[in-house]
Amino acid sequence: MGITRRTFIKGLGSGITALGLTDVIFTRSGWAALVPPAKTKDTQVTTSICPYCGVGCGLIANTRGGKLINVEGDPDHPINEGSLCSKGQAVFEVVTSPRRLKKVRYRAPGSDHWEEKPLDWAIQTLAQRIKATRDASFTTKSPAGVPVNRTEALASIGGASINNEECYLISKLARALGIVYLEHQARL
Amino acid sequence: MGPTFGRGAMTNHWNDIANSDCVLIIGCNPAENHPISFRWITKAMDKGAKLIVVDPRFTRSAAKADLFVRLRPGTDIALMGGFINYILENNLHQKDYVANYTNAAFLVSKDFEFHDGLFSGYDKGKRAYDAATWSYELDAEKKPVTDPTLSNPRCIFQLMKHFYARYTPEMVEAVTGVPKKQFLAMAATFAATGEPGKAGTLLYAMGGTQHSTGVQIIRSYTIVQQLLGNMGLPGGGINALRGENNVQGSTDMALLFNIVPGYMAIPSEAAHPTLKDYLDKETPKASFWINKPKFFVSLLKAFWGDAATPANSFAYDYLPKIGKGYQGAGYSWIPLFESMGDGGIKGLLIWGMNPAVSSPNLNQAYGALAKLDWLAAFDLWETDTAQFWKRPGAKTKDIKTEVFLFPAADSLEKEGSVSNSGRWLQWRYQAVKPHGDAQSDLWYANRLGLELKKLYKADPKAVFPDPIVNLNWNYGDTPDVHLVAKEVNGYTVADKKQVLNFLGLKDDGSTACGCWIYSGSYPGPDKKNNLMARRDKKDPSGLMLYPTWAWAWPVNRRIIYNRCSLDPQGQPWNKDKAMFHWDPVAKTWKNLDVPDFKWIDPATKAHFGPEESAKAPFLMLPEGKSRLFVPGGACKEGPFPEHYEALECPYVNPMSAQQSNPVMKVWKSELDRVAQICDPKYPVIATTFRVTEHWQAGAMTRNLTWQAEMVPEMFVEMSPSLAKAKGVNPGDWVRVKSVRGEVLARANVTRRVAPFCCGKAGFANTVEMVALPWHFGFAGLITGGPDSRQNYAANQLAPMVGDANTMIPEYKVFLVDVQKV
Repeated sequence: MGITRRTFIKGLGSGITALGLTDVIFTRSGWAALVPPAKTKDTQVTTSICPYCGVGCGLIANTRGGKLINVEGDPDHPINEGSLCSKGQAVFEVVTSPRRLKKVRYRAPGSDHWEEKPLDWAIQTLAQRIKATRDASFTTKSPAGVPVNRTEALASIGGASINNEECYLISKLARALGIVYLEHQARL
Repeated sequence: MGPTFGRGAMTNHWNDIANSDCVLIIGCNPAENHPISFRWITKAMDKGAKLIVVDPRFTRSAAKADLFVRLRPGTDIALMGGFINYILENNLHQKDYVANYTNAAFLVSKDFEFHDGLFSGYDKGKRAYDAATWSYELDAEKKPVTDPTLSNPRCIFQLMKHFYARYTPEMVEAVTGVPKKQFLAMAATFAATGEPGKAGTLLYAMGGTQHSTGVQIIRSYTIVQQLLGNMGLPGGGINALRGENNVQGSTDMALLFNIVPGYMAIPSEAAHPTLKDYLDKETPKASFWINKPKFFVSLLKAFWGDAATPANSFAYDYLPKIGKGYQGAGYSWIPLFESMGDGGIKGLLIWGMNPAVSSPNLNQAYGALAKLDWLAAFDLWETDTAQFWKRPGAKTKDIKTEVFLFPAADSLEKEGSVSNSGRWLQWRYQAVKPHGDAQSDLWYANRLGLELKKLYKADPKAVFPDPIVNLNWNYGDTPDVHLVAKEVNGYTVADKKQVLNFLGLKDDGSTACGCWIYSGSYPGPDKKNNLMARRDKKDPSGLMLYPTWAWAWPVNRRIIYNRCSLDPQGQPWNKDKAMFHWDPVAKTWKNLDVPDFKWIDPATKAHFGPEESAKAPFLMLPEGKSRLFVPGGACKEGPFPEHYEALECPYVNPMSAQQSNPVMKVWKSELDRVAQICDPKYPVIATTFRVTEHWQAGAMTRNLTWQAEMVPEMFVEMSPSLAKAKGVNPGDWVRVKSVRGEVLARANVTRRVAPFCCGKAGFANTVEMVALPWHFGFAGLITGGPDSRQNYAANQLAPMVGDANTMIPEYKVFLVDVQKV
């Protein structure tokens, strides 16, 4: 598309005059050349859905070399048509915040501080804890002899802010373990 | 919504609000909490629609309304009861609709009674009803007896008219505090949508549900919409505004104790010892649910694959069966925390949730967390919950809970689908890699499953390892989200071919499907078959149904119960907003949305005439009609919503001698104290709310610099009259105290809140109300105040009491006092 500076300004036309900005623009000769290239130039565009409320607004994320450059509302999305609320506009900071967790934190019983732990150790230790708690509390049959296969000593909560496929795996794994205390934000 | 219409989901979708002639906002605040949704409300208003906002506070939504109605919190049923009475007294209901599409004509058992706040069958000792008399009268063939003229005194229409005749405009004013004149203006404005061809939509959220009468409050909204014929229409419906980006999906996937994916009951030890018991009892004789065995057996096959065989009842015994739960109250949020507080629960997994801010009666919750042996949280942030052991005032050394905090990937760092409030499943792509060791929840769940399988295979003494060892869990070491999505859609077991939709599922073990209502979302083997990722904005109907944008459950249907958009003869009530065209000459349908009614014979492809579907416009209910009266105890307080006061309340119930919900569970532990009715020590009503700049329990916004700067501090909205009485100046720090706890907040003296004057004639008195945002706490970039020794969480005040059906806690009404610090 060959939009020149001249046609661009012509296109804006009377709107600018009405705003009284004509002088500003025309006295700054070559103003367009002074505008730095958009920070999204030469970026890869990925579409996503806002992580906050249940409206489901579309986002576009611009990345360059694996680094997030910008996040904004998706203009092609039928619900938000490019607009976002103050939370949606802050998604960039969710991704880039130095406050985000990067390592496993572990707090020993009675301790007053966190320790950083390797991921493999933590996940294996957690699996052992789950197994020990489940096996120590497991009920295979009710007093009437009905197979019940449940543990009332394990609980799992949460899931309203993660993806469907993640919720499905959690739901499936919890049932396989015999978890009956299974709840999340929908109850609150 | 489930007991009334058959499905518990938003009936329409966001864009569709623009098709409305009148928008009634009650119990939600979309301008603040669902800001982008308000674009579609504004578009409706641009086309001439009226906006009514009912709320205890003058909210940002109220600021845009044609009519703002200030309602005392917790009195929605009285307001809606009055509205129902107004509609019926003035004959404003949509007559053809009510007679044909609701159960208005059904006759009710002769023994059904209601007297002074209680329905027939109440057992005071058990605080429960025997619902036997809340039933339809049946003929010799066990079919409900009906009176199409709606004149029989025992038909539901007449019973309802009689029941709500007590809710006069004067009574509405005495209970709700809404002046009669304003109530009548509201009723007249919204009742205008009862004219055939007009559409009114009702929007609600936590302001409706977070009460000890929450389910009946929503029921009262549904009765209004049924009477006005507003269901199934473009611009109509009842729309629950979901607060989290995938709370619809997590509910569909059954992260709730009482269901398995796709809204089927979890087996219980009392009712369902065997698969046969389950299928016999849970499969109704009529409605689309006659297909339940296909969905349930396919779920078992998805879970346990080749280990689920006809010989072992498809591994039915691998599924846990629920018992009675903690103190007979089930396993929902409140009994879960009560059981934890009692030392019953030893280990807790938390997937992106922050109950140390969001749970009611937080001091109870903190005590409960400290009783755990271990806690594992998967989160983006170090949440208040993850660091509960070092919260202000905690005896850290005495807290023996071992805590694992795993770094999680955020929504831009992983791929998968989310279901918005309007049931659209939309696909997220990965834009960037997670930081450091962070992983997606998919990765964590998958890896835990793999590790547990390994542990159970290796241990010959493991207790009942079969459900874990045999779990169908083949997603790779780094799980492939498409494999999971395809399992959710369902496939034929023999050739692993994706089914087109749930009509392809079988009850003989030949198909597997992880969630039948999502069947059809991924009907082929390749990524191009992922219909959730569609981005085509074609809109053939001009009604913004966007059938090829993403995918909506069920079967890509955009407006559910859509048979109701047509008259019984199949002609649209509103020709300008038609989704279906019946050609009486060619005897064929032309559809612009997916019909939610019987229109085609799948075998012969012949089209059914409209008279066929007019018999059952609500496919998920056995009687095929929506329910003005809910039979059989599906709603535990009764078949019609009746007003009761909140558990903590400064008024004696003007409606009846029954003060509060007669069947709610009241907990007795030391930490579950409640204030007395009209308690002089706690004379002020408190309610909680959200602001647009923060989100839920706060971790996702209190850690962001922009959001923290916009709303940095905990505050309490109070009226100028209360501030004057307490000697409080705007901006002062005040202490808000309930019988359970206290919280510091800056006084935001504003006319957004005001005192209420309610009560029986002769006993009316004025009570102040304060309102607190509940996003703050004690962890994060900001906590809500300057003092690191303080916990700024509002839910320290809220009671641990829930609705009798869902056990959703009563966050929206409790009693407090306010003192200047």
